[in-house]
Amino acid sequence: MIYLKLFWEFLKIGLFAVGGGMATLPFLQRLSVQTGWFSQDLITDMIAVSESTPGPIGINMATYVGCNIAGIPGGIIATIGEVLPSVIIVIIVSKSLERFRNSPYVGSAFYGLRPAVTGLIAAALIGVLKVAVFNFAAFQASGALPDLFDLVKLALFAAFFVLIRKFKKHPIVYIAAGAVLGLVLQL
Amino acid sequence: MSELITIFLLFFKMGAVTFGGGYAMLPILRREIVENHRWMDEETIMDYYALSQGLPGIIAVNVSVFIGYKRKKAPGAFAAALGVVSPSIIIITVIALFLANFKDNLYVRHALAGISVCVAALILDAVLSMWKKGVKDKFGIAICLVILALSVFTDISPILLVVACALLGIGKKSLDSKGSSGSGKEAAK
Repeated sequence: MIYLKLFWEFLKIGLFAVGGGMATLPFLQRLSVQTGWFSQDLITDMIAVSESTPGPIGINMATYVGCNIAGIPGGIIATIGEVLPSVIIVIIVSKSLERFRNSPYVGSAFYGLRPAVTGLIAAALIGVLKVAVFNFAAFQASGALPDLFDLVKLALFAAFFVLIRKFKKHPIVYIAAGAVLGLVLQL
Repeated sequence: MSELITIFLLFFKMGAVTFGGGYAMLPILRREIVENHRWMDEETIMDYYALSQGLPGIIAVNVSVFIGYKRKKAPGAFAAALGVVSPSIIIITVIALFLANFKDNLYVRHALAGISVCVAALILDAVLSMWKKGVKDKFGIAICLVILALSVFTDISPILLVVACALLGIGKKSLDSKGSSGSGKEAAK
């Protein structure tokens, strides 16, 4: 019964992979080795496709692998299996948050957590900037500083930032504009 | 029932327009949840991100489930989870089954390059806004900068960092309240 096994394997990934979508990657690699359901090559494809389509990367990867193992039902089952543990865990955490809402410890913990999350997201931003705006890989390969800067992308980044701050339109508007400009400017 | 459908559709939209991981969803989440629907404030969403980082599972899904639960308990939680994963299931299934060379397509790559420049600018905007809302004193500035440096230059797990900062927050606050006798939190109770 492949569907049942698939569900079980992704349930385990959803339960043990802590820290977001990319944290599921080592588990998927192990799944490939242990079960032989899909090849290591598929993992590279999986990352490329998951990053270049809308939706959380972790979900995209689960659907992609499931789909390649057992067709359309496989993709659905793998995804639901991976998500189910966190839905249950988050509900439990929410319930206990409600109960301890008035505890001074919860407030103090968040007092430390909010700046921490800001730092974590700033770090994620640097990761995105290295790939999307700067040619960090080319710079590392050549060591020549001019290789780091792509003036068109830098200008576009600055323009987007000013427009976002100034007009405060819905992010979808800017994302759509980004796609069109990417095509026009052949980024 | 109608709010469950609203929750589902809202997170469906979120899943359909987010490129990248959980943090890339933040700008759209802020816009929809804080500004358009006024379901909760920005600080609450930051708290959910902090908790989601330390819990198992995909961050984008965890944050969605927190918000869904806050609105409509367990049914809201499931509606949010289903909403945020549905676009992925549809899009990825189509690509996996029918578009074998999707990722090599030149047009796809140009459009994506443009989208990622835009996403970087959106995240920068979100970071600045979070800095204003969540970093309120020297302690906050120190935590934020240390976490940023540790995440960029070391491989320390974010979970460890999150747990350490929660404990630091508790430690700092209890040291503070030792100085001034009655704490405001207790009075509010």
